[in-house]
Amino acid sequence: MGYDKRIDDRKVDEYRKVEAKVGVIKRADGSAYFKIGNTWAYAAVYGPRNLYPKFLQNPEKGILRCHYNMMPFSSGGDRVRPGGSRRSKEISMVTKNSLLPVLDLSEYPNSVVDVFIELPQTEAGSRCAGITAASMALADAGLLMKDLISSVSVGRVDDKLVVDLDYYEESYPDGPVADVPLAIMPGTGEITLLQMDGEVEKDDLKKLLDLGKKACMEIYEVQKKALKERYEQKQGR
Amino acid sequence: MTNEVLVKDKDIVVPGELLAEGMGNLPGQGTYRDGEKILAARLGLVQVDGRTIKLKQLAGRYLPKTGDTIICKVFEVNFSGWRVETNSAYPAMLSLKDATSSFIQRGADLTQFYDIGDNVVCQVTNVTSQNLVDVSMKGPGLRKLAGGRIIEVNTNKVPRIIGKQGSMIQMIKEATKCNITVGQNGLVWIDGDIDGEIVAVDVIKKIEEEAHQSGLTDRIKEYLSKVKVK
Repeated sequence: MGYDKRIDDRKVDEYRKVEAKVGVIKRADGSAYFKIGNTWAYAAVYGPRNLYPKFLQNPEKGILRCHYNMMPFSSGGDRVRPGGSRRSKEISMVTKNSLLPVLDLSEYPNSVVDVFIELPQTEAGSRCAGITAASMALADAGLLMKDLISSVSVGRVDDKLVVDLDYYEESYPDGPVADVPLAIMPGTGEITLLQMDGEVEKDDLKKLLDLGKKACMEIYEVQKKALKERYEQKQGR
Repeated sequence: MTNEVLVKDKDIVVPGELLAEGMGNLPGQGTYRDGEKILAARLGLVQVDGRTIKLKQLAGRYLPKTGDTIICKVFEVNFSGWRVETNSAYPAMLSLKDATSSFIQRGADLTQFYDIGDNVVCQVTNVTSQNLVDVSMKGPGLRKLAGGRIIEVNTNKVPRIIGKQGSMIQMIKEATKCNITVGQNGLVWIDGDIDGEIVAVDVIKKIEEEAHQSGLTDRIKEYLSKVKVK
């Protein structure tokens, strides 16, 4: 029979309702939130600032540190144990790797830029929401970047290829599921994050990448609007 | 070949946004060229200057630059001088010979000049490629700060707080009867009686928020006169 109709009535290439805002954390050098459905990501950027211990310093360029954290009450099921886990460490690493290609920190040798991503509630797609929020926060911090990063997850539920899986689709019981988080530079279409959980045919993966890129381009417009709104409002125009 | 500028003066652009196409335009500060295109390298305000397109920075932390007058806090005293915090990612070195013109005895206790926690107004004399910073205390207006309070503002808004030839800051000084020193690094020192200080802080925060609106000086003047009546 297959997966004919998505649980929340979305079309296959439709992502959940998104909302973005920049400048939400006053004490940070740059901040933003990005909400996609019931997944909310807040990102705060601090720096460039002094880096210790000294052996971490890179005399050629500044380094980037990312910290991904799901709040204890964020999931729909059990309480998430606070503190780092194997999972959060991996996601912090892939977040850093997906943001670094656009960042130019050569002006700031021996220093660090810290990115903190906090998730007050999650319902799948949290790493993508985190990356999207973090890229807006980095732009808000006034850092040199050649592009923003937009991110969304795509995947397969049973026999359907869909964009932005929610939690129910990720745990679909009656057929195989694959989840492919994806991040791109909207300017060039280059991919900076591509992971896969589950199995997808080669041809299907190609189709998924096209679907994902299209969704990312739409999310990029949301990011752009949020950034401009923040500064236009500041200038009272 | 087309030479098209796709943005207007004073537009706000985000990183990676297309600013112009064709080789007839030149990429200025805050932009980069990719093939035939000119793109934004950071978030900023567009300034079209003839054929050059540049971006004025709106956000971001202070980066020391030679010639800047900044407000620093001493955090270390060693044999050859002092180390100071500059409100940036990089601390600065204030060496003995740049600190004072008076004679200092060999082995003298340097804390009698500047102690840990003291705030000083100093000038950046040198910045290396590794962002090692040297500051000097020799120059007009460079001194140790005593009393008053220090507030932090966006370093990119400092020129507006000072105004043309210091017109804005002069106006605030006169209205509030405060001594005010603005550091390029976004630290502002205010000293006066308590009511004056509070008004000065309010006004400076207001300028920071409305930095890019036109007719700012007039509005601040009006605001100051209203406060004074009260």
